[in-house]
Amino acid sequence: MVNKELVIIGGGPAGLSAALIALEAGVKVCLIDRNHILGGQLRKQTHKFFGSKSEYAKTRGIDIAKILVSDLEKYKDNLEILQEATVVGMYEDYVVTVYQNHVYKKIKAKAIIVATGASEKSLAFENNDLPGIYGAGAVQTLMNLYGVVPGKEVVMVGSGNIGLIVSYQLIQAGVKVKALLEASANIGGYLVHASKLVRLGVPIYTKTSVKKAFGKNKIEAIETIGLDDKWNHIEGTEKKITCDALCISIGLSPLHQLMSMANINTIYIRELGGLIPILENYETSMSSVFACGDVTGIEEASSAMVEGKIAGLLASKKLGNIHPEYTQLKVELNKKLFNLRQGPCGNKIRVGLKKAGEDID
Amino acid sequence: MLKLSLEGGADVRIKKHPILSFEDKKEIHFSFNGRDLVGYQGDTIAAALHAKGIMHYSNSIIHGRPRGFYCAIGNCGSCNMTVNGILNVKTCMTMLEEGMVVLSKTDEVTIHG
Repeated sequence: MVNKELVIIGGGPAGLSAALIALEAGVKVCLIDRNHILGGQLRKQTHKFFGSKSEYAKTRGIDIAKILVSDLEKYKDNLEILQEATVVGMYEDYVVTVYQNHVYKKIKAKAIIVATGASEKSLAFENNDLPGIYGAGAVQTLMNLYGVVPGKEVVMVGSGNIGLIVSYQLIQAGVKVKALLEASANIGGYLVHASKLVRLGVPIYTKTSVKKAFGKNKIEAIETIGLDDKWNHIEGTEKKITCDALCISIGLSPLHQLMSMANINTIYIRELGGLIPILENYETSMSSVFACGDVTGIEEASSAMVEGKIAGLLASKKLGNIHPEYTQLKVELNKKLFNLRQGPCGNKIRVGLKKAGEDID
Repeated sequence: MLKLSLEGGADVRIKKHPILSFEDKKEIHFSFNGRDLVGYQGDTIAAALHAKGIMHYSNSIIHGRPRGFYCAIGNCGSCNMTVNGILNVKTCMTMLEEGMVVLSKTDEVTIHG
């Protein structure tokens, strides 16, 4: 067992941002990440970000990841990074267990920031487990990190921003997007992304879902079906589309499992993607355990970075290291988060956060 | 040993891309269920197999249904295989190394309950 001051679980936008602030405050940080490169899901995001300049608007996700990592360099004396290391347990006595290179390690932390992110949801239909049926984010990883396309002809399910952006990136990689299906009557993501697809000739079918997939050892075709206003199947509207890959992009679920393991109080909030920890000032029901980013409710990477900074400020304070610009930063960051959540696209998040009892005004 | 269809052989690597560049990398030799294959430095095992048109990695333990990857970031476990004799390795997260022996075998686990 080794003792650490602050353990941060997850090296994505939230975890890296939290690490920087904590290091600036003089805290010794142990950052644990299961990937071979830091940056979380930013590493596969080739599109330019929206939002405000301070959260790297107009910069591609892959480049933001590099900036966040290089920002930590000057604090390397106080920073330990465990890479290709998976946190497999978190306990009520502040012990975190890590699996790295086939070896188990135990770490005892004074404070913990959980920034584990989220996982892609799957969709229930016949044969939904066939190889070739992938999360849209998985396809983005395959293409943008490893340079491998999922197939020649792809169907996308879900028209949120991930579904729209990955469809466009499939086309950039030379793949034919045969159709984009959306269960509701309207496009879920930004219309600017959807318009690009329409201009490129991708048919978008609203009020439509997947009824079943065909194939023996991998997907060969799907059958779509029309949906009524209550998302019930309308029999007789089935259509067959051949494809060699199907991307599911119907949302994400927070990765709450480590917190559930430590008996931290959680609450199910549909608008935020599933089970999230009940927080008070970013602190969970377990004292000195903080959470930030998508694990506290699905939002954008921009919000995850701001939340990470706030969690870093608060965790440092709890450890007795008050950041030199604590008061000013706290006001500024809360204001940024408020602005990021405005507008029609932030509505669902605002409703979810209110349900979770968070003060967002 | 499970019976798997070994289809493909067609390389589906991106050659031209408006934003990213995938330059030529060092070849890495490995085997999958006894078949010798070539991937590249920087590939995960799953990515190297997929690039060879192999999407079917293993079979589910109880019903024997075909399994490939689903999430590609280590969440779901759908891509688990036996690598160099170690069971249940997440092949979507594990970097390809020279001489790796990858087997579909996923059935040597204890099912509780």
